[in-house]
Amino acid sequence: MAAGRTASAPTPLARTGGAPRGVVGESAPRPDGTLKVTGEFAYSSDLWHEDMLWGVTLRSPHAHAAIRSIDTAPALALPGVYAVMTHADLPAETHYGLEIRDQPVLAKDRVRYHGEPVAIVAADHPETARRAAALIVVEYEELPLVVDEATATAPDAPLLHPGRRDRHAAHVPHPNIVHRQPVRRGDVAAARARADVVVRRTYEVGMQDQAFLGPESGLAVPAEDGGVDLYIATQWLHIDRDQLAPVLGLPADKVRLTLSGVGGAFGAREDLSMQAHACLLALRTGKPVKIVYNRYESFFGHVHRHPAKLSYEHGATRDGTLLYVQCRIVLDGGAYASSSPAVVGNAASLSVGPYVVENVDAEAIALYSNNPPCGAMRGFGAVQACFAYEAQMDAVAAELGLDPVEFRQRNAMSQGATMPTGQLVDSPAPVAELLRRVKALPMPPERAWETAGGAVDVRALPGGLSNTTHGEAVVRGVGYAVGIKNVGFSEGFDDYSTARIRLEVIGGEPVALVHTAMAEVGQGGVTVHTQIARTELGVGRVTLHPADTRVGSAGSTSASRQTYMTGGAVKHTCEAVREEVLRRGRARHGAGHPAWAAPDRLRLADGKVVTDGGEVIGDLAEILGDEPIDLEREFRHRPTEPFDLRTGQGSGHVQYSFCAHRAVVEVDTELGLVKVVELAAAQDVGKAINPLSVVGQIQGGSAQGLGLAVMEEIVVSADGAKVRNPSFTDYLIPTVLDTPTMPVEVLELADDHAPYGLRGVGEAPTLSSTPAVVAAIRAATGRPLKRVPVRPEHLTDT
Amino acid sequence: MRVNITVNGRPYAADDVWEGESLLYVLRERLGLPGSKNACEQGECGSCTVRLDGVPVCACLVAAGQAEGREVLTVEGLADHARRRSSATAEAAEAAGPGAPGAVRPGESEAAGAVRRGAAEAGRPGESVPLAPVQRAFIDAGAVQCGFCTPGLLVAADELLERNPDPSDADIREALSGNLCRCTGYEKILDAVRLAAARTAGEAV
Repeated sequence: MAAGRTASAPTPLARTGGAPRGVVGESAPRPDGTLKVTGEFAYSSDLWHEDMLWGVTLRSPHAHAAIRSIDTAPALALPGVYAVMTHADLPAETHYGLEIRDQPVLAKDRVRYHGEPVAIVAADHPETARRAAALIVVEYEELPLVVDEATATAPDAPLLHPGRRDRHAAHVPHPNIVHRQPVRRGDVAAARARADVVVRRTYEVGMQDQAFLGPESGLAVPAEDGGVDLYIATQWLHIDRDQLAPVLGLPADKVRLTLSGVGGAFGAREDLSMQAHACLLALRTGKPVKIVYNRYESFFGHVHRHPAKLSYEHGATRDGTLLYVQCRIVLDGGAYASSSPAVVGNAASLSVGPYVVENVDAEAIALYSNNPPCGAMRGFGAVQACFAYEAQMDAVAAELGLDPVEFRQRNAMSQGATMPTGQLVDSPAPVAELLRRVKALPMPPERAWETAGGAVDVRALPGGLSNTTHGEAVVRGVGYAVGIKNVGFSEGFDDYSTARIRLEVIGGEPVALVHTAMAEVGQGGVTVHTQIARTELGVGRVTLHPADTRVGSAGSTSASRQTYMTGGAVKHTCEAVREEVLRRGRARHGAGHPAWAAPDRLRLADGKVVTDGGEVIGDLAEILGDEPIDLEREFRHRPTEPFDLRTGQGSGHVQYSFCAHRAVVEVDTELGLVKVVELAAAQDVGKAINPLSVVGQIQGGSAQGLGLAVMEEIVVSADGAKVRNPSFTDYLIPTVLDTPTMPVEVLELADDHAPYGLRGVGEAPTLSSTPAVVAAIRAATGRPLKRVPVRPEHLTDT
Repeated sequence: MRVNITVNGRPYAADDVWEGESLLYVLRERLGLPGSKNACEQGECGSCTVRLDGVPVCACLVAAGQAEGREVLTVEGLADHARRRSSATAEAAEAAGPGAPGAVRPGESEAAGAVRRGAAEAGRPGESVPLAPVQRAFIDAGAVQCGFCTPGLLVAADELLERNPDPSDADIREALSGNLCRCTGYEKILDAVRLAAARTAGEAV
């Protein structure tokens, strides 16, 4: 049965006795840890080049307007300004996009969202560049706004993108709908007739920002061959290159990208931000150009999590069996497509949650609107659905008079279940067990604010040091939730990852060099790569080559996929290197020992070739001699299928990942202030390659879900579609005072299809923490709470 | 204008500073010390936390001119600072017994603390660099993910431990409440500060 672990106290460095060797399964330290704690780690915003210029973007003050004219002359006249560029100055392709190339590099004759880039400036000081941008005169004529489904699909609605020819254009019901994905299974009408209890409700999820701390930034250096070298913080070097090269009018091999330090990502670096602008200015001026957004600009510089409106109807029998789910999920994709089509696919296919439901009628759509563009954020379509279906599960349980955890467990999927898409879940799906584990954890003590002698520690109360209550009107509530997230790129996408491994003798010792294009954004992929190379090649020393486009694509650091995919590629390539080591050893020493004839029974350990009986038959350094082995290989997961456009049927996902949460909150019911007291999680990770990092991912994801539950929302004005809170003063993310103790239970049930049996970890914890926290607030207050983030006014009728 | 600042014990002069430049800009772009980070540049995130004459401040909210003639401690100087503090404390304790003030004296010998620990761990690949206890603890406890908040948190946490060597969890949370982290959910950061406090206490015995 499952190996389980609770990690609430500091986790030991190694799981087993003896000195840690930094292999798979150990909490090996980060290879970049020392650089990061000494301040020497070079983030993209830290880069510097002699003779470097600073780039700045001029953005639209309107959400929807025609551009009548642009006058750049006053900006160009400012001393210190080297270049000003507008749409008219673009040398080649004028649009880019992850799935649909609908986004202008610089707006041409129309802006479609507040903050759209209109012009760029390069100058010798960032303040000079900012002042020059402010001198550019743009004449706008405001246009009617599309802000929601009603205005998007009205008969006279302005079309965001007239004349669409993308792959979704033919099947959507309206050109302002990016993509529509139904999922139909069984017979909902017949099931409804049999239902004893029906719960029909609507929910809403606000627009969340990834709020990574390292702002969008990079340095573009023009090269002598007419190309450009870009040092950049991104999630996927190769897709950046593939979008940049046509815009710059250069062949792909003249657009060379190297990853610089990335200060978090969470989806927000999947789309281009300043990449094209910096390269264009560098090629225009012949000088290196650095662009660094400040926080204000960052809120306009990347896509956000889709805000959503969700209508759900659940039907169940008296004995607590879920009969059907009918739902409709409307995601606002904003002005440009970004990854909206894939978000739609996720929302639709995961819309009923980790439950067995025989009858499903689901539909998800994404709109084009004049709101800020939305795309990837941790959880990617599954977050919005989870908030709604988990609220529904609580509501149905309440109608039936059942315990909400027991009702979930009764309907929980397990290995062998069929998804509403028809896909067989052919690896462990311990949904009921995860719920059992979070429920079994001890509860945090009550009234923790009461100290010895009858005093009150306000830091333990809602409102904290604001000293708003000493415990009066404070009510505790407990809530549960569980979610399902897909791992990897879905719907038939040819998702692969590449690794190059060089094994050679340096100073008499075998050393492995790992070279991939994986974007390390903080998740610890670099640590995992060293662990895998040590494990597979039996070497102590592993060095990491900087990630760049000189090696094949590693795919995106998103969809919880990098340990599976690029970790898988490192493993796969190491296996090929090991084969070559054994081939050479056999050629040289085969006659000396019979074990060489059975390479499947040989392994590499501690620099030696060892039989499965533990006998040393060769020395790695001796076999390698002065001839390094240097191989590059691609790794693919099992192929997936597209979802049928009418029925949603298809084995669309690579792997599923499950996490459950229990939230304990205390609410000041008079002021509507919430303190999350504890947020416990249980997650199946298949195999914890690095247990310390796994727990870190789960806690970090849980905290982001907490943020969505009670504080985080980009507020867009209803009348002008303008972003009202683009700052950390007004867009609040959890501080250490807002974030509670987060005990984590880690389950390791191997998925036999994945490297080491691992399961992608990063996103699942972001799903269920939001509905768990809101369920706890409902339990404390008795209020229905159908919208996140929950604000004081929702708890106090003010 | 010219701005003279002592940073991490070393005097610097920055020329052609525009009056609107922040201390953070001068550190990062003019003095070649980009360790202090620029996550919000509006005093909300704490990633630029440095000590100005010993007091933690957001360097983005300090005009460079305000730092004229003053002493700045950044993450780049943290290991040295901790080493000097540690040896000063050890010498003071030796000279005067318990209760003597632990004055920080620059330029002290490498008698105790960070360097000794760093040297002992030189066997680990890539980790022979001398580190302050709080830096070492951040690595060991898994408190570093993307690391962008780390420099500011380290300066703030080190300052906390300097004035309160045995902080409660509530003390740690209060002291670090001006430093945002988006990756970790703070649990490992709390672990790290507890670990640094415990190790320093263990050493002092």
